[in-house]
Amino acid sequence: MRFIFKTEYGQDINLAKHGGHVFWYSALMLLLLAAPWLFAEYWLAQLTLVLIYSVAGLGLMLLAGFTGLFSIGHAAFLGVGAYTHAVLTNMGVPFPIALACAATLSAAVGLVVGLPALRVKGIYLGIATLSFGFIVEEVLARWESVTGGNAGIHVKKPDIFGWVLDTGDAFYFLCLAVTVLATLGILNLLRSPTGRAFVAIRDSEISAQSMGIHLAYYKTLSFAISAALAGIAGALYAHNLQFISPDQFNILQSIDLLLMIVIGGAGSVHGAFLGAIFLITMPQVIAMSKDYLPAVVGQAPGLQGLVYGLVLIAFVLFEPMGLYGRWLKIRTYLQMFPFYRKGMFKRQKSFQKSDRLK
Amino acid sequence: MLFVQLVIGGIAQGCIYGLIALGFVLIYKATETVSFAQGELMMLGAFGGLVGMTMLGFPYWLAVLSAIAAMALLGVVLERAVIRPILGQPAFSVVMLTIGIGYVARGAITMVPGIGTDTQALPVPYKDEIWTVAGVVLNVEHMAVIGATAVLCVLLFALFRYSKLGIAMQAASQNQLAAYYMGIPVQRLNGIAWGLAAAVAAIAGLLLAPITFVHANMGFIGLKAFPAAVVGGFGSLPGAIVGGLVIGIVESLSGFYLPDGFKDTAAYVVVLIMLMVKPNGLFGEKLRKKV
Repeated sequence: MRFIFKTEYGQDINLAKHGGHVFWYSALMLLLLAAPWLFAEYWLAQLTLVLIYSVAGLGLMLLAGFTGLFSIGHAAFLGVGAYTHAVLTNMGVPFPIALACAATLSAAVGLVVGLPALRVKGIYLGIATLSFGFIVEEVLARWESVTGGNAGIHVKKPDIFGWVLDTGDAFYFLCLAVTVLATLGILNLLRSPTGRAFVAIRDSEISAQSMGIHLAYYKTLSFAISAALAGIAGALYAHNLQFISPDQFNILQSIDLLLMIVIGGAGSVHGAFLGAIFLITMPQVIAMSKDYLPAVVGQAPGLQGLVYGLVLIAFVLFEPMGLYGRWLKIRTYLQMFPFYRKGMFKRQKSFQKSDRLK
Repeated sequence: MLFVQLVIGGIAQGCIYGLIALGFVLIYKATETVSFAQGELMMLGAFGGLVGMTMLGFPYWLAVLSAIAAMALLGVVLERAVIRPILGQPAFSVVMLTIGIGYVARGAITMVPGIGTDTQALPVPYKDEIWTVAGVVLNVEHMAVIGATAVLCVLLFALFRYSKLGIAMQAASQNQLAAYYMGIPVQRLNGIAWGLAAAVAAIAGLLLAPITFVHANMGFIGLKAFPAAVVGGFGSLPGAIVGGLVIGIVESLSGFYLPDGFKDTAAYVVVLIMLMVKPNGLFGEKLRKKV
């Protein structure tokens, strides 16, 4: 068990709370920097995809995990970012400017979607974002002069003011840089007054309001930041696949993003990364285990959906804090050995928190 | 004439949306949770009917009734096994849980040998028949949907108005704690509400199957029933049917009079407008949270 002796107020908001953090995150950073020389090309591509999904996951985590607004149409923002970036890149706009435009346009769209969020909440917001997702997908498919319709469009290699990133390694470093910046940005945001306001809104809108938090402003801001991150992820996603079509941004993608948040652990930045790792490695694990299963099960096209569904159900039932929550428990167990008690992380039922108010 | 036909087609489609939305509303009123698995329950119901008719060789009515009964049982079991343990958790847990149930249902059905991966037609006695009434061509399959929905609505109305069970369910949905103190077994009622919702979904599936086909992804139509439920007001049973009809008619008309692409999004455009103008829906009650 580690006890931190605090001598300054600044220590409360330090990103690295103690030497252990500094050591382990530096080690992780070194590993990621050395990854192109350590892993084969295929695994590096998977790692790149994990980083891209993590950026989108960070955005959704901010919205769903920290502000308590669940979006069931987040793939729409991914799509807006991807298409903006693809169209601009194909017109010859350098990568950083195109990326900024993708993020800005996504954020603007997020603002528009955030507006109904001020009037509706809970499941109504879910349905509003769901509807919005369908509409965006349809627009992407029908606006053929710009998006190329259902045929999709090809995306050129990223070009940073004349420096073309045409190898997998270079693109990996680009994604790594964006991910690190996004993560630091989110961590910083969360320790700032704005981030605290988001968390307060999540925990109780009424008490947040009575503390002087302007609900409309912060909810819209949360939507905009979340959408901007999704837009950035979309831009990287477009480069990664080099080809985008509207059906990559459909409801199933939105649900995958949500799945990532829930399985990773809602309300933790680590959760976005753990969820992304889960989302990318799971299909590989399923593909590998196919040969060992009976043919009826192994060859069924719905196997992946079945496994996802079962994992999701299991997590909601038994580990609502997700993979990160499980890690916290393991860590506490090790730290406190042998004094860990079973009820330490017990969930409280909250029957009183009814939306129905009579 | 064309207009009338479009409207009737829209009403038939709207009845399907309405029936699925009815399932949402039943569950919402009972447990204050939203089930995203309703479309998949509908799909399972249709497959149940298909298995009864083709593999087991049941006559039409026996197959229909056994499919509905089986689905009702599945609904009760689902509630007991996975929903009840997490009641009281944030509403979003249940949403994710039901999304998970939907994935499992869709994945599991593709593993049924012979029927899972194919697209089949449900062999109903009224397949492909047409009535012509005063120059309007009526599709019997559509009329069956409308008729069955009307009968079901009357039955449900009677259930909630006159039977002890229905009145107890109303009481529990208004105030669970007070109902519990009055000796109403609220948990059992929640189970029954899930069973009822699953049965209604199965009926919707059996009605929809002759119009479209039976396949593993037919449950996605459930996503269009959300707009129906919201337009009607999420907590209102008649609202669900009316909302379904509105969505169905708008969709059918916009598919004909507006350019391509509007048909698929009409429902969502309607619901977004509705959420901005009147978030509580046509029949919803205005509630305000007190501290």
